[in-house]
Amino acid sequence: MNPFRRVRPTYDEVRPDLVKIERRLMLRSALSLGALSMLTGCNLEDGDSVDEALKIMSRFNDKVQAALFSNDHLAATFPPGAITKPFPFNAYYGMADIRTVDAASWRLELSGQIADRRPWSLAQLRELPQQRQITRHICIEGWSAIGDWSGVPFSVFLKRIGADLRARYVGFKCFDDYFTSIDMATALHPQTIMALDYGDSPLPPAYGAPLKLRMPTKLGIKNPKYIAAITITNHNPGGYWENQGYNWFSGS
Amino acid sequence: MNQMHRKPGRAPRAHPAIVRLTHWISAAAMVCMIMSGWRIYNASPILPFTFPEWATIGGWLGGALNWHFAAMWALAAAGAIYLVYGFGSGHFRRDIRPVGPRAILRDIVAALTLRLAHREGHYNAVQRLLYSGVLVVIVLTVITGLSIWKPVQLGFLSWIFGGYAVARVIHFTMMVLIVCFIVVHLALVALVPSTLRSMITGGRVAEPIDRETAS
Repeated sequence: MNPFRRVRPTYDEVRPDLVKIERRLMLRSALSLGALSMLTGCNLEDGDSVDEALKIMSRFNDKVQAALFSNDHLAATFPPGAITKPFPFNAYYGMADIRTVDAASWRLELSGQIADRRPWSLAQLRELPQQRQITRHICIEGWSAIGDWSGVPFSVFLKRIGADLRARYVGFKCFDDYFTSIDMATALHPQTIMALDYGDSPLPPAYGAPLKLRMPTKLGIKNPKYIAAITITNHNPGGYWENQGYNWFSGS
Repeated sequence: MNQMHRKPGRAPRAHPAIVRLTHWISAAAMVCMIMSGWRIYNASPILPFTFPEWATIGGWLGGALNWHFAAMWALAAAGAIYLVYGFGSGHFRRDIRPVGPRAILRDIVAALTLRLAHREGHYNAVQRLLYSGVLVVIVLTVITGLSIWKPVQLGFLSWIFGGYAVARVIHFTMMVLIVCFIVVHLALVALVPSTLRSMITGGRVAEPIDRETAS
């Protein structure tokens, strides 16, 4: 045995292995680059193919949720002791920017496929039958809280004004510039009410005075506060958050 | 398995094509669901921490929700196909069903001391425990997920889990268990890299240990 034998391999000996490693590293970095470029910044605003696919899936989920929806499925109701105190305020602005209107001069404007489009006053709404519900409000952010609302069942009001109940959408405009829309089936759900009161008193400004639509079958973003106008239409009116990419149906 | 009818050198696939396909679709869907789920969690954390932004997908809450509810269908479809196959073909009974606690303990000790032999197509006691466990956890994650997605229309599900708020915590806890599984799973794959190849190509079932020559 030659004790001076060179143990270090020559470049030619290791070259095939180096090439293999190099290829592997190239492939790996290409893969992770591809994966990264696919995953970052997909915010439904770029209009790229991933966002398009997500939009298609969101519309598909609208249809699935509409198919799952039933007027016979009622949201759980709770005893007064379960009410969340204080019930949280939430809007697209802070509490300091809450807008108010004079309740006496406030009128609910009606438009679209409605037989009698005369505006309604608060006093007129209070003459209609009222329903009280203690139900869970679920925010799209994941938190939830139990509140105590009462007001006019929306189906009663829609029939009273001669709304076309075969129309597809009900749109809402609010005097805080918020807007949203719901499907007719949800509008006619027995727990969908035009809330005028919270607890034993008229809705406070933080909860949408003087009129809020309360639906335990929809996420919070679909429960418009500070309602100024209602329209019945076959063209989807969209919504403040929905137009930014949140799922339109947003049912629960 | 009838050894007589096998061509020499052509052992059956360790992982049938349907298992490999559903495995990789579920893996991709699960990664999307976990990373988008972390961003959804961040919008309203239930623990005093949030997940780092780089570990999430969707870019913002609306985007994360869209990812979550799109990947959901891929996971549900692949999961349903795998469950039907697993029960129908005997794959669960034959390969995944956990064996006794003694075998589990023995294989855990062997795994920790790096003496656990891996034979392709044969699931050891640790694998059986992990795989059957994570399958139950994934099914629970899907059901709690449905219960917080549709707490009114699927109200009986939320009721079973103790209401919306509790179901949400269970859903989160199941995610933690799945992430723990993935860490262990990837560590074991790193120890025996050939398993990665056979989960892609299918591999070949190793011969059963011949008791007479082995002892």
